[in-house]
Amino acid sequence: MTMSSDAAGCARRSMLRGMAGLAGLGLFEASRLLPAYAADAPDWPQAAFKQKSEIDALKQLYGKNAEASDKVTLDAPEIAENGAVVPIAVTSSLPNVTAIAVLVVENPYTLAAAYQIPAGTRPAVANRLKMAKTTKVVAVVESDGKLYSASRDVKVTVGGCGG
Amino acid sequence: MASTIRVRAVAGADTTEVQSLIQHPMDSGFVKDAAGKLIPPHHIEVVRFEHGGKTVFTALWGPAVAKDPYLKFSFKGAKKGDELKVSWLDNEGASDSLVAKIQ
Repeated sequence: MTMSSDAAGCARRSMLRGMAGLAGLGLFEASRLLPAYAADAPDWPQAAFKQKSEIDALKQLYGKNAEASDKVTLDAPEIAENGAVVPIAVTSSLPNVTAIAVLVVENPYTLAAAYQIPAGTRPAVANRLKMAKTTKVVAVVESDGKLYSASRDVKVTVGGCGG
Repeated sequence: MASTIRVRAVAGADTTEVQSLIQHPMDSGFVKDAAGKLIPPHHIEVVRFEHGGKTVFTALWGPAVAKDPYLKFSFKGAKKGDELKVSWLDNEGASDSLVAKIQ
């Protein structure tokens, strides 16, 4: 009886040791592999840029959802003749803005651009985006840790995704 | 080689306005070439603007940003003659940087 329980304990111990070793190996492997497959910039939020829905992209990027606000201004053309170059500008009158993101809902990947706004930088940005087809464009602003959004529809005559 | 970055920063009364243009194909990965083969994604991921050793603006870009990307923003605390450093990094590990004088 005692013998067998001892043996079992022994087996368990050696199994634990084996598992610890494996875990250690796993960690080592991961740390060795990570830089190899990520040619992406270290602070580039890859997962957020791969999301196909607005809500998932925001969840990946900021971990929360946005509520509509009239203090976010999204400047976009009503009709874009060329979807390859659509000027988009976002400004906000909200206080303590730390981030601005622009999402093009009908694009293959929704998130187009995310900007980090340190203190002292105005909560305003202008850029040019590609749009595959007529789409809703959403601007999201992070202010005091909360997300606020504004959206507009842009009619695209010629899509920006080529053939 | 000429720099891929063109930047114009102008100090105003309160803020410095920065406009930049970067030469980059910004391939989305969804466009086919003449032979019908997909052109792999090749786009800038991070653009950073630094003034006085402090980051004043960071852009994180996906493939939906248009070719030869344009950017405009403004920040406080800089004056004429200060240096503004611009640097970018793309998904293939290529990068470029430039130090511009604020006008």
